[in-house]
Amino acid sequence: MYVAVKGGEAAIANAHALLADRRRGDRSVPALRIDQIVEQLGLAVDRAMGEGSLYDKELAALALVQARGDLIEAIFLVRAYRTTLPRFGYSHPVETGEMLIERRISATFKDLPGGQMLGPTFDYTHRLLDPSIVSGDVPEPITRSEEPSRSPRVTDLLAHEGLIEPDFGTADPTEDREVGDLTREPLDFPLDRDLRLQALARGDEGFLLALGYSTQRGYGRSHPFVGEIRIGEVAVEFDVPELGFAVNLGRIRVTECQMVNQFKGSAKVPPQFTRGYGLVFGQAERKAMAMSLVDRALRAKEFGEDITAPAQDEEFVISHSDNVQATGFVEHLKLPHYVDFQAELDLIRRMRAEHEAVAVKEAAE
Amino acid sequence: MQTASSIDNSARKAALDALAAAPTLALAALWDAWADKPEHTKVRGPEVGLVMVRGRAGGGGAAFNLGEASVSRASVRIVTGEVGHGYCLGRDLGKAEIIAVIDALWQRDAASVEAEIIQPLRTLAVKADQKLRDEAAATKVDFFTMVRGDN
Repeated sequence: MYVAVKGGEAAIANAHALLADRRRGDRSVPALRIDQIVEQLGLAVDRAMGEGSLYDKELAALALVQARGDLIEAIFLVRAYRTTLPRFGYSHPVETGEMLIERRISATFKDLPGGQMLGPTFDYTHRLLDPSIVSGDVPEPITRSEEPSRSPRVTDLLAHEGLIEPDFGTADPTEDREVGDLTREPLDFPLDRDLRLQALARGDEGFLLALGYSTQRGYGRSHPFVGEIRIGEVAVEFDVPELGFAVNLGRIRVTECQMVNQFKGSAKVPPQFTRGYGLVFGQAERKAMAMSLVDRALRAKEFGEDITAPAQDEEFVISHSDNVQATGFVEHLKLPHYVDFQAELDLIRRMRAEHEAVAVKEAAE
Repeated sequence: MQTASSIDNSARKAALDALAAAPTLALAALWDAWADKPEHTKVRGPEVGLVMVRGRAGGGGAAFNLGEASVSRASVRIVTGEVGHGYCLGRDLGKAEIIAVIDALWQRDAASVEAEIIQPLRTLAVKADQKLRDEAAATKVDFFTMVRGDN
């Protein structure tokens, strides 16, 4: 029997009013402004944009305030908002080799054309809490006069010697393939690398971090080195149909990680370094590194490697990397399941009655 | 061979690039200073939508969809008949509309628009980029090798 239960409207309305109150907190403390979030909690904004899969700092900041700082809730809000907007089209692929670089490091080459720039990094800080930052008084950054110069991607340097697999990997660069879009078509396993990269770019940082870590600890070992990490701004070129040519819509900040991994070769191809790739909105180095580790692990089949570890299992990884989907299914458990549970109660009562009957019968024999 | 229209297009593109890259306040200030603003009617928008931003595997390999960005756009017709189109990242309807009007004006009188709006914006952009570059350059690592003594 299906029983519809209604009720709780007043409770829900009052709960939302209470949520609004708790979100605002003590009224004698000034309310947060969106520009304060954008400027001073920039990496939280970046994460909400990256995993929300929508580059818009003000929207991500609003989502963070509305979610009381709960990142996954904020990401959910950003994802919900994007569904209300029309899609104008697809950009040209961003050219990370032409990036206006703010940070660029390599763990494989000391002397790179363009140099190594630490940029605004937490690395080498002592991780000691510093109460003095709340004063807000910070001197202007130090500058060093620098001519614009080219900073080629490290992987392009190695590629010229043929020591590393090319950007296209084992795929055919001349093949004109349609680019998969998981926001338009449901995922159908096995996936091509383009769809995996899209899923990883919007995937949960914590999940990818743990999986990347697992590959380092021996679950799908791939011997990684950071070929290069670069953070900075890239231009978004978009073909405007009414103009008949492409316009640069502006620049977005991205983080790119080139992971260089141990060798593969075949009868035809001499041994080469293999690669994993990470590209994420905003300044998100940990995420980009984790993404590149997982990207490489998921290429196991392409290289004919044994699939033995969770990080190499495409369906497992990609089906569980989206934190909005994950939170939806986990959190739905708290919604009323009264009827389902009633059925289970009936079942267990019957099982116990049968169990008792058998026990009584055995005692009698 | 470059045709006259392809030269035109590349100059118009360069102007639209500079307008889209402009900070809203700087663009608004330059537009305020423009003496003879034409009446215009809206042909489309201004409206907000999304562009799916693409990347390439490995940086230069097969394309993939990285994620979307919010984009504003507008199309306007000015009294003299030219139709202008404005596009920029972000949700800034006013900026998209100003860009569209300036694009229409550019088709009528490119020289004035270049001199009074586009060039000042380029100067600003070059300066802002140079500041970023110089700040990053100060964090460049100068490696040196420690020579170990014999004893």
